Amino acid sequence: MAEELKKDALVQIDYKPPKKGWMDTPVEFRHGTYIYPARAKNLKYLDLPNPREWSPTDEDWKLPENWKEIVINGMKERLDKYRSFKVYMDICVRCGACADKCQFFIGGGDPKNMPVLRAELIRSVYRGNFTAAGKILGRVNGARKLTTDVIKEWFYYFYQCTECRRCSVFCPYGIDTAEITMMGRELLTLLGVNVNWVIEPVANCYRTGNHLGIQPHALMDMFEMMLDDIKDRTGIKIEPTFNRKGAEILFITPSADYFAEPGMYTCMGYLMLFHELGLDYTWSTYASEGGNFGLFTSHEMIKRLNAKMYAEAKRLGVKWILGGECGHMWRVVHQYMGTLNGPADFLEEPVSPITGTKFENAKSTKMVHIAEFTADLIKNNKLRLDPGRNDKLRVTFHDSCNPARAMGIFEEPRYIIKNVCNNFFEMPENTTREQTFCCGGGAGLGTDEMMEMRMRGGMPRANAVQYVHDKHDVNRLTCMCAIDRATLTTLMEYWVPDVKVTGIHELVANALVMKGEKERIVDIRGEPLKEEKGGDNV
Amino acid sequence: MYNSGKIIIGLVLFIGLVTTPIWFNIGKADVKPDPSLNTPVIQQMKVKHCIESKQFMIDNHMRLLYDWRYAVVRDNMTIYKSTTGQYFTMSLETTCFHCHSNEKQFCNQCHTYANIQPYCWECHVKPAQESANGH
Amino acid sequence: MKILAAFILVLVLAAIPYAGIQYAGMTTVFGIIIPYAAVIIFIVGVVYRIVKWARSPVPFRITTTCGQEKSLPWIKQNKLDNPSGTAGVVGRMALEILCFRSLFRNTRSELRDGPRLSYGSTVWLWLAAIAFHWSFLVILIRHFRLFSQPVPHFINVLENVDGFLQIGIPTLYITDILLLAAVLYLLLRRIALPQIRYISLIADYFPLFVIFGIGLSGVLMRYFYRVNVIGVKELVMGLIAFKPHVPPDIGTLFYIHLFLIATLFAYFPFSKLMHMGGVFLSPTRNLANNNRMVRHINPWNYPVHVHTYAEYEDEFRDKMKSVGLPVEKE
Repeated sequence: MAEELKKDALVQIDYKPPKKGWMDTPVEFRHGTYIYPARAKNLKYLDLPNPREWSPTDEDWKLPENWKEIVINGMKERLDKYRSFKVYMDICVRCGACADKCQFFIGGGDPKNMPVLRAELIRSVYRGNFTAAGKILGRVNGARKLTTDVIKEWFYYFYQCTECRRCSVFCPYGIDTAEITMMGRELLTLLGVNVNWVIEPVANCYRTGNHLGIQPHALMDMFEMMLDDIKDRTGIKIEPTFNRKGAEILFITPSADYFAEPGMYTCMGYLMLFHELGLDYTWSTYASEGGNFGLFTSHEMIKRLNAKMYAEAKRLGVKWILGGECGHMWRVVHQYMGTLNGPADFLEEPVSPITGTKFENAKSTKMVHIAEFTADLIKNNKLRLDPGRNDKLRVTFHDSCNPARAMGIFEEPRYIIKNVCNNFFEMPENTTREQTFCCGGGAGLGTDEMMEMRMRGGMPRANAVQYVHDKHDVNRLTCMCAIDRATLTTLMEYWVPDVKVTGIHELVANALVMKGEKERIVDIRGEPLKEEKGGDNV
Repeated sequence: MYNSGKIIIGLVLFIGLVTTPIWFNIGKADVKPDPSLNTPVIQQMKVKHCIESKQFMIDNHMRLLYDWRYAVVRDNMTIYKSTTGQYFTMSLETTCFHCHSNEKQFCNQCHTYANIQPYCWECHVKPAQESANGH
Repeated sequence: MKILAAFILVLVLAAIPYAGIQYAGMTTVFGIIIPYAAVIIFIVGVVYRIVKWARSPVPFRITTTCGQEKSLPWIKQNKLDNPSGTAGVVGRMALEILCFRSLFRNTRSELRDGPRLSYGSTVWLWLAAIAFHWSFLVILIRHFRLFSQPVPHFINVLENVDGFLQIGIPTLYITDILLLAAVLYLLLRRIALPQIRYISLIADYFPLFVIFGIGLSGVLMRYFYRVNVIGVKELVMGLIAFKPHVPPDIGTLFYIHLFLIATLFAYFPFSKLMHMGGVFLSPTRNLANNNRMVRHINPWNYPVHVHTYAEYEDEFRDKMKSVGLPVEKE
């Protein structure tokens, strides 16, 4: 699919907005730029409104009869519940500082992908219905009527935003487009206007405990496969436990980590690390998902899915929770979980059983990020590492949006990477840390039918990788996000094919010297540790 | 989380700041400027007339003095011909202060009221009468 | 079109007091009634708007973190860009409000052949914004000389600093020039950059024109067409002592100046200018990133339907048993 898109054509971007005003430019659904709607059965399973089969290209979207009333009431309810929403509806001065901060605008040039205009899509309706000046002056004051075209526009553009919050860093008032997009999506959810790529994982997660719908017996099969691979590569047979009561720690990571490459290698990294440490921990099949596509649906759905983490920790009687490498999962865990499903007073303040370090920054939520956990291990010399085993890799690091701009976890991953490999190169500074670019497929956009927008939105990231690839011969892009591992892989195949994508704990697994291991000749992927010398393969 | 306490403090501060002029001046007498022409020299004048009309002088005395300074210092011109055809020496101390020898009751009346700080005195000597009057 | 509409609107606004004073002699209306009304609308309106915002809670702590978090003791936290306590938040907000920290980060992206994207730091918008806001504030404070009797000493200090160039008579104030130049830049930028023009509303041009009009009329009054400043002060002092009276012969230009200010004040609460209050209430900036340390309370956190473990086990019990997973109920 990605191959059909011509790169040369893709980069012919005209940043000049059209002559006609944006209110007079209706949205056009073009293949590759929108996501298929949610299937009725998924909405039904979740008791969400207006389940039906429909298509965005249809003239009639089969909205509920009183859809306008639903939207206006929904807006009113949210204005009363969220100061963020209310304030951000009112205070934007349209200075335009955010305009070229959005990867979808940079890579696509569609003016409605400028964060300011994305927000104006909803602000215009707000003005027309909730402010006196807007009601009286109408379009003169930037207000407009709520029509089905507006709903279509919302659907199109709120699913071309990955809620990455890069614009929020640059906004002089901190206006957070993720808040706007989340409200937009909540309002659309009230009408049954959802995308299947989000709602199906949500339904799956609700039922089976994970986005991919993996049932407990199948999950065990996948782990068997990974454990066999680990034995094959290290000679060590690992026997992790599942749903075990009385373990000290519950470990939760995104299901994508044990479902497919390259996330699987990261998951094997966790398994090997915990085995080597002799950690008293358990996996859960019920809380078998770190991610939370509820974040891409509604605040209520965040809570409905996230509830499993604390519920399972309580049922199993663990002391605290350790969380794997994931992006939006950590936005939820860090910024929503304690508030929504806490207080976690049945857990204890997290202490590393290996180093004795108290994770004071997690004393309320009682969930520790694996990068914090592993960085602490390395700092305390608890791991035997041979970074030389990663020598054929020339590594750069992609800060994932949510860990970067919702947590600020920058040094921990870099500290680990620098300790497990010898060749580390940073991408240019306007593309990393709090200014990092999105992979182009976050917030439920990472589906194949969205390929054109993904490749466009991912272009700034890919371009920065290209830069270090050209300059430093970088061939491995590290990240600590499950969505990244999936979407960046596609992005790299398209833009920078020589670069492969990896999680941090895959690099840890390669470098980790384990007790009783056999001589390592292959890395965790089963590829030779050292590059084979020999004739040129031309 | 409403943070009402902090917001109320903020609002009180806001209202306090905006209304500063009101409470700042409470109880302070609003003395209007009243420039005095009562000097011995003026009293002796038969026709009490400045070098230009009164309104012109009120509006433009600063401009006039500024031009005088320029003319004297830069162009070495010392004589001013008024619109009525009279000639005056362009000098603050010998022409202006000759009549207006009461800086405090004349100049300062308006200057203080409107908070204007002319920098005349950086070079010029204040009218002698001032100290004699014991002000 | 929008630009022209805003411009004409401001011209009309300036013509109203001109006609009113020049031909109808309505000094009481323009000197007393309108200023009082504008100030009342301003204060009541701003308070109303902020109270309206304040009535909505902040359900989640959604700090935008722009630096290293507080985690392990040996990792240096960025306390200003990612504060974990009140002091840090105060520092961050102070930087934001006094120095426009976030705007200072501004970059400009450029797509070159290759494709090669580059991001250059660009300070022009920040510079104009800083020059504009600070000049405006200094000018506002300088005007206190017309609002107080006796005039406090710090006003003199401010005037001396602002006028240290000692150019012309009356002394040229640097902030007068800066304000007009900055407003002009912000206006031209809005007109010249196609993307910014595309997003601009009349409500974006209007305040710029009004403020330019205020600045221009002020400058004209001070440097070119003198008005009776003693009369102005008498009017102002009368207003703030609630003993309003209008001294004669102040000059029409002053009434234009005053009317545009009244317009700005009255317009303020209903417009984007409320960003002055809103910036204090932005949850991404005014909250500490201590989410996992201190639980944030959501006042409307309601119970939701969840899929319990019991329901899960009921559906998958046989499959779980078949692979040896422990179950609660046999």
